[in-house]
Amino acid sequence: MSFPLLTATAVLPAIGAIATAAVPAARRTAAKWLALTVSLATLALAITVLVRFDPDGGRYQLTESHAWIKDFGVRYELGVDGIAVALIALTALLIPFIILAGWHDADPLETGSRRWRPTQGFFALILGVEAMVIISFEATDVFLFYIFFEAMLIPMYFLIGGFGDRAHEHGEEAASTQRSYAAVKFLLYNLVGGLIMLAAVIGLYVVAGNFSLQEIAQARANGSLHMATSTERWLFLGFFFAFAVKAPLWPLHTWLPNAMQESTAPVAVLITAVVDKVGTFAMLRFCLQLFPEASKWATPVILVLALISIVYGALLAVGQRDIKRLVAYASISHFGFIIMGIFAMTSQGQSGATLYMVNHGISTAAWMLLAGFLISRRGSRLIADYGGVQKVAPVLAGTFLIGTLATLSLPGLAPFVSEFLVLVGTFTRYPAIGIIGTFGIVLAALYALVLYQRTMTGPVKPEVSAMPDLRARELVVVAPLIVLLVFLGVYPKPVTDIVNPAVKSTLSDVHKKDPKPEVEAVAK
Amino acid sequence: MSAAAVHSLWTTAATAAEPISKINAPKIEYGQLSPTLIVVGAAIVGVLIEAFVPRKSRYYAQVFVSAVALVAAFAAVVALAADGYGTTKAHIAAMGAIAVDGPSLFLQGTILLAGLVGLFTFAERRLDPAAHGNRVDSFAAQAASVPGSDSEKAAVKAGFTTTEVFPLLLFAVSGMLVFPSANDLLTLFVALEVFSLPLYLLCALARRKRLMSQEAAVKYFLLGAFASAFTLFGIALLYGYAGSVSYGTIARVVDGTVTNVDPALADTMGNDALLLVGGAMIVMGLLFKVGAVPFHMWTPDVYQGAPTPVTGFMAAATKVAAFGALLRLLYVVLPGLRWDWRPVMWAVAIVTMLGGAIVAITQTDIKRLLAYSSIAHAGFILAGVIATSKDGVSSVLFYLAAYSFVTIGAFAVVTLVRDAGGEATHLSKWAGLGRRSPLVAAVFAVFLLAFAGIPLTSGFAGKFAVFKAAAEGGAAPLVVIGVISSAVAAFFYIRVIVLMFFSEPRPEGPTVAVPSPLTMTAIGLGVVVTLVLGIAPQYFLDLASQAGVFVR
Repeated sequence: MSFPLLTATAVLPAIGAIATAAVPAARRTAAKWLALTVSLATLALAITVLVRFDPDGGRYQLTESHAWIKDFGVRYELGVDGIAVALIALTALLIPFIILAGWHDADPLETGSRRWRPTQGFFALILGVEAMVIISFEATDVFLFYIFFEAMLIPMYFLIGGFGDRAHEHGEEAASTQRSYAAVKFLLYNLVGGLIMLAAVIGLYVVAGNFSLQEIAQARANGSLHMATSTERWLFLGFFFAFAVKAPLWPLHTWLPNAMQESTAPVAVLITAVVDKVGTFAMLRFCLQLFPEASKWATPVILVLALISIVYGALLAVGQRDIKRLVAYASISHFGFIIMGIFAMTSQGQSGATLYMVNHGISTAAWMLLAGFLISRRGSRLIADYGGVQKVAPVLAGTFLIGTLATLSLPGLAPFVSEFLVLVGTFTRYPAIGIIGTFGIVLAALYALVLYQRTMTGPVKPEVSAMPDLRARELVVVAPLIVLLVFLGVYPKPVTDIVNPAVKSTLSDVHKKDPKPEVEAVAK
Repeated sequence: MSAAAVHSLWTTAATAAEPISKINAPKIEYGQLSPTLIVVGAAIVGVLIEAFVPRKSRYYAQVFVSAVALVAAFAAVVALAADGYGTTKAHIAAMGAIAVDGPSLFLQGTILLAGLVGLFTFAERRLDPAAHGNRVDSFAAQAASVPGSDSEKAAVKAGFTTTEVFPLLLFAVSGMLVFPSANDLLTLFVALEVFSLPLYLLCALARRKRLMSQEAAVKYFLLGAFASAFTLFGIALLYGYAGSVSYGTIARVVDGTVTNVDPALADTMGNDALLLVGGAMIVMGLLFKVGAVPFHMWTPDVYQGAPTPVTGFMAAATKVAAFGALLRLLYVVLPGLRWDWRPVMWAVAIVTMLGGAIVAITQTDIKRLLAYSSIAHAGFILAGVIATSKDGVSSVLFYLAAYSFVTIGAFAVVTLVRDAGGEATHLSKWAGLGRRSPLVAAVFAVFLLAFAGIPLTSGFAGKFAVFKAAAEGGAAPLVVIGVISSAVAAFFYIRVIVLMFFSEPRPEGPTVAVPSPLTMTAIGLGVVVTLVLGIAPQYFLDLASQAGVFVR
């Protein structure tokens, strides 16, 4: 038997999480280094996956399959396609930066009980989330996926509720109340989504008799498994609801601004750049493959909801006074693009959407982590408290500008490629929706540049005047992300090569072909 | 579902009883009844210990005898199961009174383990500060002395302890062992009383807050007596209908395969009104024990007032026994009537799930909260009962096993969190527990997550099993409602976690007592079972599915 590479990629951070949690209270720094080392080792494994994966090979590669819970028809089945590989690589790439950026976020203010180890907990939870996210990307058994999709909520919940910004305008008491509110809101939204999906998962079992994605998809394709139209639609809705909460899609998005606002910047990045991707990824992998007909049936409504997300998220971002909330609404707008790309059912759209997931992960990480560095210097999240930072901390301002430009999809930076592909892909099939979606870009320019202008330019505010520039650790976090943004902006081929074959086979599951240029598009 | 499918739920190993011409000595299969007999025998030994062993050594003698008896009885269950009595050799013993089959043995094993873990929490003597140099447990020094009176003080000073709780526990366990395996209605009733009466007494024996404890016991006793009366009346009516109290005979009458009418009962036999009313009354009595809405009113008060170890034991073992009896009654006696009872049980399951979950939201006492949570769980289990399939039976068995360990563990944690007034059960006092005692809070969080049915815990595996069975049995709407009430229930479990981990600890908050290895074992076992059944449930699911066939 060959080395179970996929299992190892998920198990390594899990073991790392347990080890980190077990580090004695006094050895805080050791715990941090341990977590960082584990995350880097995981990155190495993820790169191995990337290298071993053959884009032109079979649909699912590096597969593993073992019996698990026979009574439930559940198998431990792993396998990756190009989309999953790209997202695993993204996850493994971002976690070390998240850990580095949050290096001091969980240092205890005062020494409480000797057994109270917030620092160890913080890094252990991050690694735990990483393990669960990776295995969700790998699972080709619906039940296995579901288990980690749900279980992931618990460490996330503790990360949001247990660790917040030091500074809060209304004092520690209010901060703690708002934090736990945000954490509970996050958990309840996602739990309700997950439980509704549970009903659909059970329904799927009743209909199909097992949970294997490949078996079910195959049986559906060759007609040996017939699903009544209404059954398929109900099951699709059950799955889609959970993913739409996670993604998040308007109108199920309201937990995201709270969660991102109250958590520390690295955790906010973890939410939006890593965990939420599981939602959009699952739409591609599970909704489209298991329920192709229902997906086509629901497409018009989903596209409209995605469009609303794009415009609504961007409009609300323009009006925010809180930096982190602004980033959160911007993310909602971006997720609208991703979902639009997926359900446009064209190869450009879906390739664009997958690429978008990767690029959004990198660009939001850069933008949000820089915003976090800014916030930690001044001790305020309010935009109005800043001004003229670029004169005091030019490197911080300069890198923040690149993050800003990436968010508004400036050509030459990575997000432009994906946004363009999504819009083109949507336009070829649904011209009206593509055109309205384009307004999202205009609004993005507005909120992103206004944020930059208000915080970085203008006269230097007295509270800002002593602000130190980026430290070495922070530079180490930011520089690689920016390099990647530029590189993938100029040369996205490495990612698209991996992703494209997977997108093609996903599309063929839905029995959709790209519309022929001109003739068919007009006929529609 | 076709009739044949329902009939696959039981084997017909039993032969019809011969007509009795003269009184023969009854043939009793002592070996097959050994689990119950061991426990009853040990209980009687316990009573003798109370009478003859000096006060100082009673505690040790009692704990030793009880533990040995429970372990031996469990070994007997395992031996019987290994011998095939759960599957191929399943049959009806003791002249038709007791069924020895898969569900019986599975539930008896569960009850015995729950009893053993319960015993550990009963025997805990390190939590309360020593009174006058004597170690004390959770039970009143002398039950007969009036709370707050001089005689109570004298009893405490003399270092009395109520070691009678151990034989009472064993008697309750023995009744519970018989209850799910009873194969005629009279045995069912006797078993019901045998396990209920000791529980009423145990509820009254709290060392702290004695008035509340006695109030709880009186409530439990009165309502329990009502429920017993209902059951008994129902039994009488069913006898009038079928001319027999034997499960098999009643089932045959329901199916219409028995034609010879007892002349003395010619007027009533076969009268469907008797069947429906009688069946409903017996089911009502069982639903009372299960704590299903609308027969749940006693649950919160009794759970809150009873000494916490008793609450834990009762919440786990009573539920197991009562659901076992309910399953057997519905699947063996009344399968022919399922078109009548299924809609009713649907309604009961729905109001139980929703009612338990919604009312729990407003609770401020941890024991009351767990009481309402147990009501909601009764609803989830009912969803599996309704499935009327082999999967339904085995899913309920699995759920019960998973649930009982979580429950005992959770209540054992409740006994640890204490302030000057004894256990600090008000939720506000649990604020910040995670900061002060991360380990205890984390363990309790694991139990809460299992209650909430989060994946990788036994709660999820159990919930999935019953919902799957229900969906396959055509009860998809029930599954949707179950899922919604799970979401509601998750809210209040999460609220406790928030309180423990995200709230600032209060300066005068409770402390966590360091327990003896006894309670630690109970809690540790709870955690291990919760995680093992969550991550690798296959072996236990197999066990439950092998045990899923009733003998008739």
